[in-house]
Amino acid sequence: MKSSLLRRAPSNAARFLFFVLVSIAVMVIDYRTQYFKPARSAMALAVYPIQLVAALPERVGSAFVNLFVSEDSLRTRNKKLHAQQLMLLARLQKFDALESENRRLRELLGAAEKVADRALMAELVEVSLEPFTQKIMINKGETQNLYIGQPIIDAYGIMGQITELTPVTAVATLITDPSHAVPVQVKRNGLRAILFGTGSQSELDLPHLTPISDIREGDLLVTSGMGGRFPVGYPVARVGRIVSDPNESFLTISAEPIARLDHSTEVLVIWPGRIKADALPPAEEVAR
Amino acid sequence: MIGRVGQQGHGRVVVIITLAISLVLMAIPLPEWAEPYRPDWLALVLVYWCLATPNLVGVGTGWIVGLTLDVLQGGLLGQNALAKTVLAFLAVTFHLRIRMFPVWQQAFVVAVLVGVNQALLIWAHGVLGIYSGTWEMWLPAATSMLMWPWVFVVLRDVRRYGGVG
Repeated sequence: MKSSLLRRAPSNAARFLFFVLVSIAVMVIDYRTQYFKPARSAMALAVYPIQLVAALPERVGSAFVNLFVSEDSLRTRNKKLHAQQLMLLARLQKFDALESENRRLRELLGAAEKVADRALMAELVEVSLEPFTQKIMINKGETQNLYIGQPIIDAYGIMGQITELTPVTAVATLITDPSHAVPVQVKRNGLRAILFGTGSQSELDLPHLTPISDIREGDLLVTSGMGGRFPVGYPVARVGRIVSDPNESFLTISAEPIARLDHSTEVLVIWPGRIKADALPPAEEVAR
Repeated sequence: MIGRVGQQGHGRVVVIITLAISLVLMAIPLPEWAEPYRPDWLALVLVYWCLATPNLVGVGTGWIVGLTLDVLQGGLLGQNALAKTVLAFLAVTFHLRIRMFPVWQQAFVVAVLVGVNQALLIWAHGVLGIYSGTWEMWLPAATSMLMWPWVFVVLRDVRRYGGVG
């Protein structure tokens, strides 16, 4: 039997060179092409247990905190939720009436009927997967018929879209990610623009608007439906500071996302209308 | 000989478990302000095993755990694989020298190694035109340096009781 010293065939430096070259090749291929998408989702499934364990402390912590909530605070919270529900119900009645009126008017105009968007509740498994990107992972995946490019929202507005899928999880790129853009329009006057992420959780960038554009601070930006990825009319952001520099041909406009990107623990995955109903999973809630 | 092989298999399990724990620590959610301060736990554990058992853990292990981290973080595939390969190579190449240092001096070496790791990540981002932040990218080197003595002591005990190497 040979000793292990003599069997160390390829030298350390040779193996080092090999792995460095493989790494660089993997990086270039992953950046330029789509070849690794299936392999990546298989590997993502393999590391899912690690993510589950990593999410455990936060879950146990919040469960622990819930154990010691005082009855008093529960009572006040209950009261507040009750009041809120009443208010929402009242508003919903009006909404129902408006919707049927809208449908009638559309029929009169001969316009295509707008199909309600369907939604599925999903829970956040992990946030901020890598520094300097804005992504989240949710606990629903391909088996629930999710697809790449699918919009996700919370109770307040658009959060982002799904960019990676495994059978049981999905990674969504948030609207604040530097590589993300949403076609929007100003709700007040329908002015169209494209809203970019900046990498900061509370700031979005609205470039390409000239100083003569009719846009004001506080304007609500809603999805315009251009590009066909996001459904029309969901709130996205509110215009913050507008800086007009005479040296620049475009305005510098920052906007603040409406969705509570850092607070939500439950998100809604939506299927924009006009998809065959039997292709959908049992929807828990109808968003619109 | 056979006994030794069995022991090596056992040691391998211990190494894999500690590396898995460090990956969990890399994935635990932190508040946004604390995120840049997260020590590179994976680099710390990897460097320890490279120094202690260079015959068992080396560039191959570095590449595999780096790739796992890439998948875990969902970033560009291969960037951490490259960084951890280089890290493991440096640690294995100089393991005899670094082993001689007292722990606090080793901590400085670890800071340099994690610095190289971060520089490679920044370089990979730069070449591919991905913006990768600011001076905050260098914070893990400092926090990893501060964590090294503790990691060292804990893993030394793990190695002795686990019978690795």
